[in-house]
Amino acid sequence: MSFTNAASAWRAGIKVLLPIAPGVLPFGLVTGVTAVNLGFPPEMVVGMTALFYAGAAQMAALQLLGESATAPVILMTVLVINMRMLMYSASLAPYLGPLQRRWKWPLAYMLSDQAYALSILKYTGRSMGAYGHCYFAGVAVSMWLVWMFSVTAGVFLGAQIPPGWSLDFAIPLVFLVLLIPAIRDSSSLVAALVAGVVAVLAFGLPYNLGLLLAAISGIGTGVWVESCLERRTDTTALTETGR
Amino acid sequence: MSDAYLWSLFVAAGVGTYLLRGAFILMPGSQRQPAWMSRALRFVPASLMAALVFPALLRLQAEGLAYDGPRLVAALVAALVAWKSGNMLWTLMAGMGVLWGVQFVV
Repeated sequence: MSFTNAASAWRAGIKVLLPIAPGVLPFGLVTGVTAVNLGFPPEMVVGMTALFYAGAAQMAALQLLGESATAPVILMTVLVINMRMLMYSASLAPYLGPLQRRWKWPLAYMLSDQAYALSILKYTGRSMGAYGHCYFAGVAVSMWLVWMFSVTAGVFLGAQIPPGWSLDFAIPLVFLVLLIPAIRDSSSLVAALVAGVVAVLAFGLPYNLGLLLAAISGIGTGVWVESCLERRTDTTALTETGR
Repeated sequence: MSDAYLWSLFVAAGVGTYLLRGAFILMPGSQRQPAWMSRALRFVPASLMAALVFPALLRLQAEGLAYDGPRLVAALVAALVAWKSGNMLWTLMAGMGVLWGVQFVV
């Protein structure tokens, strides 16, 4: 069922995002609180949040700034963590690419895990119609507002959230929810397990290099396992054809 | 670290991230990518999320592989809920609820 006009598509996008807003809120709060506790002034935290618009990368950057890491290391970490955006970009290109610049330039900025996850199945299922970009904009803009609001709230609540609440634990929980659908088959399961174990073993490495090492190990193993499985399938297919 | 240093770092990170987001959406004709690259890219989410999740859930200490008991229990429950429901809110409530519960009891 396609949307019949821009307004209904826009409203549908907002409506689909609202239920996940409470899950985003603690992550934003923690990000704001962490930044303020590191001594950053409020306006800088809000500016940083708008420039990054990427929670995980921002948290990693804050953590590294707290450890006095150098700028190249921080930049590299941010880009490595955001590397997944390349995939979202590639995946959405057939749908957002043909739009006019006044649409696709801001929409590219507002691309997020949530905006991607909530719209890609509608796009590939061909249920968007002519107003798909309005639906995507509804999701992406409301996600942006929720994120900016929650980080700003964290900045001003600041020290009022006691450390005993362990709100930082909400961050890996958010990734956990995003990890599950990323495991689509046995090769991506092996990739995740290898990356996870390497990340644990390499945790002590300086400059967050363990994360990069873990990601590269996982990706390499995933590609290797997948090609091994394919070769086996090819062999089986050949044997069966020969029969 | 001066303010100018920090702002330029943040702007650089923001521009870099925007280029990643826009890479394929904004560049005409870049939808086609070499096979090896798309194959590797498909493992990025699983690998990166797992690499972020595992150490953070255990809250490892930099000195060694000491871990935090209540977090481990809460992480296992949250993983089960995340797997069964795929729901952000339920997973957060289960994970935080168990963590608070265990911390309160212990």
